[in-house]
Amino acid sequence: MRMVKRTDMTSKKAAVIRILSIIFAFLLTSIFIGALGHNPMNVYLSMVEGAFGSAHRIRDTLTITIPLVVTSIGIMIAFKMKFWNIGAEGQIIVGALAASYLALNYNHLPKMVLLPAMFLAGFIGGGLWALIPAFFKVQFGTNETIFTLMMNYVALKWVTYLQYGPWKDPGSLGFPKIANFMDSAIMPKLFGVHIGWVIAIFLVIIIAIMMNYSKAGYEIAVVGESMDTAKYAGMNVKKVILSALFISGGIAGIVGMMQASAVNQTLSTQVAAGYGYTAIITAWLSGLKAVIIIPVSLLFAIMIKGGSFIQTAYQIPQSAAGILQSVILFFVIGSEFFIQYKLVRNSVMEKEVA
Amino acid sequence: MTSFLFAMIIAGTPLLFATLGEMLTEKSGNLNLGVEGMMLIGAVAGFGMGFYTGSGIIAILGAAVAGALGALIYAFLTVSLRANQVVSGLALTIFGTGIASFVGTLFIGQKMPDRVIDSFAKVKIPLLSDLPFIGPILFRHDYFVYIGYIMAICLGIYFYKTRFGLNLIAISENPSAADASGIHVNLYKYIHILFGGALCGMAGAYLSVVDVPQWQDNITAGRGWIAIALVIFVKWNPIMALFGAYLFGGLSIIGFRLQHLSISQNLLDVLPYAVTIIVLILSSIRKSKEDAPPKGLGVPYFREDR
Amino acid sequence: MKDQVFVKMENICKTFGTVKANDHINFEVNKGEIHALLGENGAGKSTLMNMLSGIYKPDSGSIYIHNTPTKIGSPKESIEKGIGMIHQHYKLVEVQTAKENVIMGQKGSFFLHRKKLSKDLKEIIDQFGLTVNPDQKIYDMSIGEKQAVEILKVLYRGADILIMDEPTAVLTPQETKKLFKIMKNMAKEGCAIIIITHKLNEVMEISDKVTVLRKGTTVGTLITKETTPRALTDLMVGKSVNLSIERPLVKRGNRLLKVDKLNAIDQEHVKVLKDISFELYEGEILGVAGVSGSGQKELCEAIAGLYPVHSGEIIYKEESLIGKSPRSIIKKGISMSFIPEDRLGMGLVASMDMVDNYLLKEHHNQKGIMIKRKPIEGICEKMIETLEIKTPGVHHPVKQLSGGNIQKVLIGREIDTNPNVLITAYAVRGLDIGATHTIYDLVNEQKKKNVGVLFIGEDLDVLLELCDRIMVICQGEVTGIVYAERTTREEVGLMMAGERLEGLVMAQ
Repeated sequence: MRMVKRTDMTSKKAAVIRILSIIFAFLLTSIFIGALGHNPMNVYLSMVEGAFGSAHRIRDTLTITIPLVVTSIGIMIAFKMKFWNIGAEGQIIVGALAASYLALNYNHLPKMVLLPAMFLAGFIGGGLWALIPAFFKVQFGTNETIFTLMMNYVALKWVTYLQYGPWKDPGSLGFPKIANFMDSAIMPKLFGVHIGWVIAIFLVIIIAIMMNYSKAGYEIAVVGESMDTAKYAGMNVKKVILSALFISGGIAGIVGMMQASAVNQTLSTQVAAGYGYTAIITAWLSGLKAVIIIPVSLLFAIMIKGGSFIQTAYQIPQSAAGILQSVILFFVIGSEFFIQYKLVRNSVMEKEVA
Repeated sequence: MTSFLFAMIIAGTPLLFATLGEMLTEKSGNLNLGVEGMMLIGAVAGFGMGFYTGSGIIAILGAAVAGALGALIYAFLTVSLRANQVVSGLALTIFGTGIASFVGTLFIGQKMPDRVIDSFAKVKIPLLSDLPFIGPILFRHDYFVYIGYIMAICLGIYFYKTRFGLNLIAISENPSAADASGIHVNLYKYIHILFGGALCGMAGAYLSVVDVPQWQDNITAGRGWIAIALVIFVKWNPIMALFGAYLFGGLSIIGFRLQHLSISQNLLDVLPYAVTIIVLILSSIRKSKEDAPPKGLGVPYFREDR
Repeated sequence: MKDQVFVKMENICKTFGTVKANDHINFEVNKGEIHALLGENGAGKSTLMNMLSGIYKPDSGSIYIHNTPTKIGSPKESIEKGIGMIHQHYKLVEVQTAKENVIMGQKGSFFLHRKKLSKDLKEIIDQFGLTVNPDQKIYDMSIGEKQAVEILKVLYRGADILIMDEPTAVLTPQETKKLFKIMKNMAKEGCAIIIITHKLNEVMEISDKVTVLRKGTTVGTLITKETTPRALTDLMVGKSVNLSIERPLVKRGNRLLKVDKLNAIDQEHVKVLKDISFELYEGEILGVAGVSGSGQKELCEAIAGLYPVHSGEIIYKEESLIGKSPRSIIKKGISMSFIPEDRLGMGLVASMDMVDNYLLKEHHNQKGIMIKRKPIEGICEKMIETLEIKTPGVHHPVKQLSGGNIQKVLIGREIDTNPNVLITAYAVRGLDIGATHTIYDLVNEQKKKNVGVLFIGEDLDVLLELCDRIMVICQGEVTGIVYAERTTREEVGLMMAGERLEGLVMAQ
């Protein structure tokens, strides 16, 4: 047996391979669930039931989908450039922090003024947080993977400090908690779900158009493929990277604003809740295509919501959902090999040549 | 002061193991971002093994095997299936976090049996422990700490004085040259990624079995990521890793020590992460041929490509 | 006689994707023989030899080493069989010493015995007359020294079959002479030596026998003494083609570019360009000759604004280009089609289609923030027609095209921008004869349009026939600028080696 590079791979075939790999991931996890003494089919079905079984659950699932979609969109922009931004978690936190500052200190402003201001603050906060590693990357070639990751911890510790210190709500009877937002800082709902879903759809469309049809998106793609080519073509590579990372982090920052405002209605260390990490998977699984991000994020939201449901129904720990997610990721990453190569037996090859 | 330095060594030991593990991996040309995941797998496996068997040695070995198994997934994906190293490593971290949390539900609130704790009691090394100043700091620890010293020195000898170390450096610098010299590149990669994983697993076990012999979720708290940065900080040198790991161990406990000062512990907790960032920046500004990262790091190598 | 046959390859086939790199090739080498493997780029020479060195496995066919049927599954097995390959791109670890590179991958004791090793190496070095210090780090070595390390490596490993892949490509004529002496020494000691090359003069000078490959097939094996360069060329190319390249007569116009005392320093603080001065005029082709790595790449990039200039001037018409961004230089009409070794590294984005590649520079000229692909599709379709580019369509990724077609896409795009200055580096590297002539015609057409062309080449014969003037550079310095019609190969060769020839007519 040996490997041969495929030249005949169509996007349809590739999609089939990817979907097959996801099915295999579920099969493998089934064996695992079976070993725990549960019927895997029932477990999967009740995950779906847990995610969609009632209007309330559907609302919850969608509320999880929104931050996943938006964060994935942000990460996608950086990943397109092969800038391994794994700092979305921190960018969400800082975005939330910036928005919360306004929410806590200017809550006398009318909603129509305060919310857009918070939105902008979240965008700028997350954007600046991403801009720091990007600056050192373009200036000195500093490894962005570890840098962005460390920034997550710095952001988290910063909020922890505020929550236990200067921003602690005096009315919370000593409990380390930041005060709840006033109504003027809370995003309204539309059809039972906070209007973040409108923002998410809007962002997907805007970013899809930007990446595919605008000069900015084109330049990001070229920089991602080859920096030398981009320089040769007269692009300002540093500017492209910096502005793309500002947008990437900014979009994550919007998530922070939405989570703080609509979901938690306050700022806490839990504001990012791991969405920044999960979205790395969803962005990657979407093949870095904006539109695909929506169904993939929905699938993951089902697993998260359903995962917490099976915890009560079957006493299967919620972390099982995390394992399922990573197994899917392993399979899809591995399946790329079969999209790019095929295994052939030497003898078969000879016949083809002769 | 002495007690602080003593505690610094303890806090630095898991970092040392993880750093050495990642260093082994990177010396084979692979960047494995799954350190945190492998540490967590090792932590939970070590705790479980110790909990059920009551044997400290089995706990460590179990953790090492578990860490290596985690690394095996990564190795299979990146070496055999040629997958992206960054994403594969991240997937491994997510996987390890999930597994540790899942299996760990069995141990919530449980304490390690005394037999295991006793097997990691502090041991004074004769003569050395009586040395002034350094004796009480360096030579009155548990076995695990001593294994750390020995491991770092052995790896130093392995890299720079042996035939296999020489071949390994060749692979990380120029895999196609190594291949053309008849070195089995993929085999070397597999072996070193797996051993690296084993060390990371042991790093996790130190936390769950020795340091805090009680199970807690997310026990590693980002140490795996610091270890990855430490590899850069110590310039891929195992002896330097000793200093780097203990220095960062010190940073991670300094907040606790300075509690009486009016600085918030939460702010001091930022220190190891902030220092890592500064180190990253400094090492990227300072460029030289000898200190540079291995040239083949993160770049997949396949022979038949053209 | 039979035990004299060291290597025998029978009916070797190897396919990459849809390309038949080797098609039933037969090849035989004897003891003490220097055997040249001759063929154009892409004839299948390297592929064939990589099967001996274990890098590739043949799809079918048999290999006999010392008359034993042999399967070579890996480089390791190849070395064990006594085969040593010296690759075109040296396979050396830069941060290690020569000594460490030599023992890399060797069996032996767990710990290294460096002192004994040095002694062993010294013996081999003296025996064959190599110039290399075993304790020097590779990154401190000259190209000739690095090659010596490669030779030392295979000799230390006891190889009696040596394969050298284009060993002279990066050497000066003087270094080449030295290498040939070493090769003759090795043959005398009983080695079989295979030299892969496409340079006829080297074949005539060094080899005992020569096997010619063409498009993946064996054309024939000849005894060197009994053949002529002309006959070999015919075999290599197939039918006898007119090798002469057209040099249209165009009146030299105004000065376009003036480079004055240009200096550049690389990241390791090495001077890569030293006081380079020359002028380029409308309607001329100025060739640049030099051993590869003499500063050609840096010169091109400096003019295009991609390489930092330390001191000196680059003046386009009346205006200085120093400190200008690549983009503003493109806008002035300096079009640089620079073809690096991996071809898709700089000029084109491999995974993108023709349209998106055309847009690389063009998109700056479009108005608004959106990108307009529709008008470009038409332009690309026209380009496919006029340049006869073979592609399934304008939306096909360029990396899936053949080398010649990729080249046409690149040059076609550059010419389409109506440049005043065209810089091409290694424009025909890896192309077949037909495609190279298309490229020469395109360049000549530009010259007729009064464009000033800076043509960086590697084949001296082409430079001598195509260019009006030739600038020779050696280690970042200009060693002479001569009229192509009034100079000879030998003169240019000497200047490439760094000699400044007295009494030579210098071209202004």
